[in-house]
Amino acid sequence: MLDNLSQNQRAAILSVVLLLVGLLIWEASIPAQQAVGELTEYERLTGGGVPKAGVPPPSQVLVKAWEQLSNPFYDAGPNDKGIGIQIGYSIYRVLTGYILAALLAVPLGFLIGMSPVAYKALNPFIQVLRPISPLAWMPLALFIIQDSEASAIFVIFICSIWPMLINTAFGVAGVRQDWVNVARTHELSPLKTAITVILPAAAPTIVTGMRISIGIAWLVIVAAEMLVGGTGIGYYVWNEWNNLDLTSVIFSILMIGIVGMLLDAAFGALQRAVAFAE
Amino acid sequence: MPKPFLSIEQLTQQFPDGNGGTMTVFENATFGIEKGEFVCILGHSGCGKSTIMNILAGLAEPTSGVVKMDGFEVSGPSLDRGVVFQNYSLLPWLTALKNVTFGIKARYPQKSKQEITDQALEYLAMVGLEGDVVYRKPSQLSGGMRQRVSIARAFANHPKLLLLDEPFGALDALTRGTIQDELLKIWGQTEQTVFMITHDIDEAILLADRILLMTNGPLARVAESVEITIPRPRNRTEIVDHPNYYPIRNHLVQFLGHRSKELAGQPSNGEMQHPETVRIDKTKTDDEGGETTPLRSVGS
Repeated sequence: MLDNLSQNQRAAILSVVLLLVGLLIWEASIPAQQAVGELTEYERLTGGGVPKAGVPPPSQVLVKAWEQLSNPFYDAGPNDKGIGIQIGYSIYRVLTGYILAALLAVPLGFLIGMSPVAYKALNPFIQVLRPISPLAWMPLALFIIQDSEASAIFVIFICSIWPMLINTAFGVAGVRQDWVNVARTHELSPLKTAITVILPAAAPTIVTGMRISIGIAWLVIVAAEMLVGGTGIGYYVWNEWNNLDLTSVIFSILMIGIVGMLLDAAFGALQRAVAFAE
Repeated sequence: MPKPFLSIEQLTQQFPDGNGGTMTVFENATFGIEKGEFVCILGHSGCGKSTIMNILAGLAEPTSGVVKMDGFEVSGPSLDRGVVFQNYSLLPWLTALKNVTFGIKARYPQKSKQEITDQALEYLAMVGLEGDVVYRKPSQLSGGMRQRVSIARAFANHPKLLLLDEPFGALDALTRGTIQDELLKIWGQTEQTVFMITHDIDEAILLADRILLMTNGPLARVAESVEITIPRPRNRTEIVDHPNYYPIRNHLVQFLGHRSKELAGQPSNGEMQHPETVRIDKTKTDDEGGETTPLRSVGS
């Protein structure tokens, strides 16, 4: 029967089977809470009847997910907002910091890629600044900017900038001389050459850098929001941990993964759009 | 004697040899090309053909000497000098049509979109590319088709001088033949001045009015200018029967086989290195020699 299916169909079936088996093992490995009636009097007196916090089974997570996703935008005070609002805040911060980074990194990367002098002059700074964990900037950002919201955006900005900068410079520097010669023999101005020849030629490399950056930005926002607090998916995870609501923690972990996947898929589509075969 | 349309005067190219000295590729090379002429340059690898081509295109600077076109000195690349590169140099993210309109747009920025597209389609049709094929990207085209697009791009711009850098070097013999015919056809329709590098003696005889022969490098020079005294229109299957074909071919083969080596490596001592004009014509007896056949007679 399986022989008639395409490779994709067979892979889909295997994925579903793996998911179900995984969930079943998870469900089965959670010990059931003992019913209160079976406890001795002593156990009841020492608080044995109170349900112990434990890793929740997947069925509970699914119920939670249904509950949250059916009303994602409710707002019942500072510590009780729907998952949609929290994710919205996180995406807003990521995109703001990311777009600011792109506006700086892509033109600067162009400059570095076109000019060997600029490359050599800026390279030491890039090499020192690049390996710094973005969260290490947080105290300095909080002190200078005096605003937790803007500091979170700054952290996203600083972590997004490097892959885009380096990939843009690399892509621009690697544009084939033949194509540049085509532009030269057609008397294109430097600006026109940059837009009509170098940009499309370097676009696949630049977009790869942008895709790496958005992935890093989404990783960093969760940690940044745990620190600055208030709103966002990172804060939500930490808040639910403080509430010892592990069902919500697991649910939000899943949501972080799904949103990250969607962001990556969007840039994957962009990458395919600018790709060309030689 | 009036200056030719394109005049190359005392061109010298030297490169550092890596040991602190200089290596002279060629020195004081001096020759001219007339308007509407089709000139091929033949020579072994390393004799500086491509360097001359790059200097004519404005992509490289000579160590000394000047190139004058229409009486003006050439400096830097220009739309007046179109180039067809050996590796096609099409922009791979654009369709065949867009690659041609790219050139026309640069040359005639005042033209409307429709005019540009029509002109591109016209020149693509001249090299045998019509229909859906023009909407394909270079990666979806065969090597021969890519070179056709590249030729159409160059001709559509009406440059004053067209430079072809071994345009058929990467193509198989059959495709090469077809595109040579197309090149002759489009050249016949446009009265273009063409300067072409090639390695292929038969190709040079078929296409050229005149063949420049270079000695081996270093210190190479353009030693001879051989007139191809075979009337046009030429046809690859018929020119071999012309009485001048084999004498010319033998002369070229002898030059490339022996004399290119024997003549190599002689310093010019500052003198201009004019090529010696060679005219082989077995159709006439010597007392009729003063009469010349027209260089160009293009058939429809």
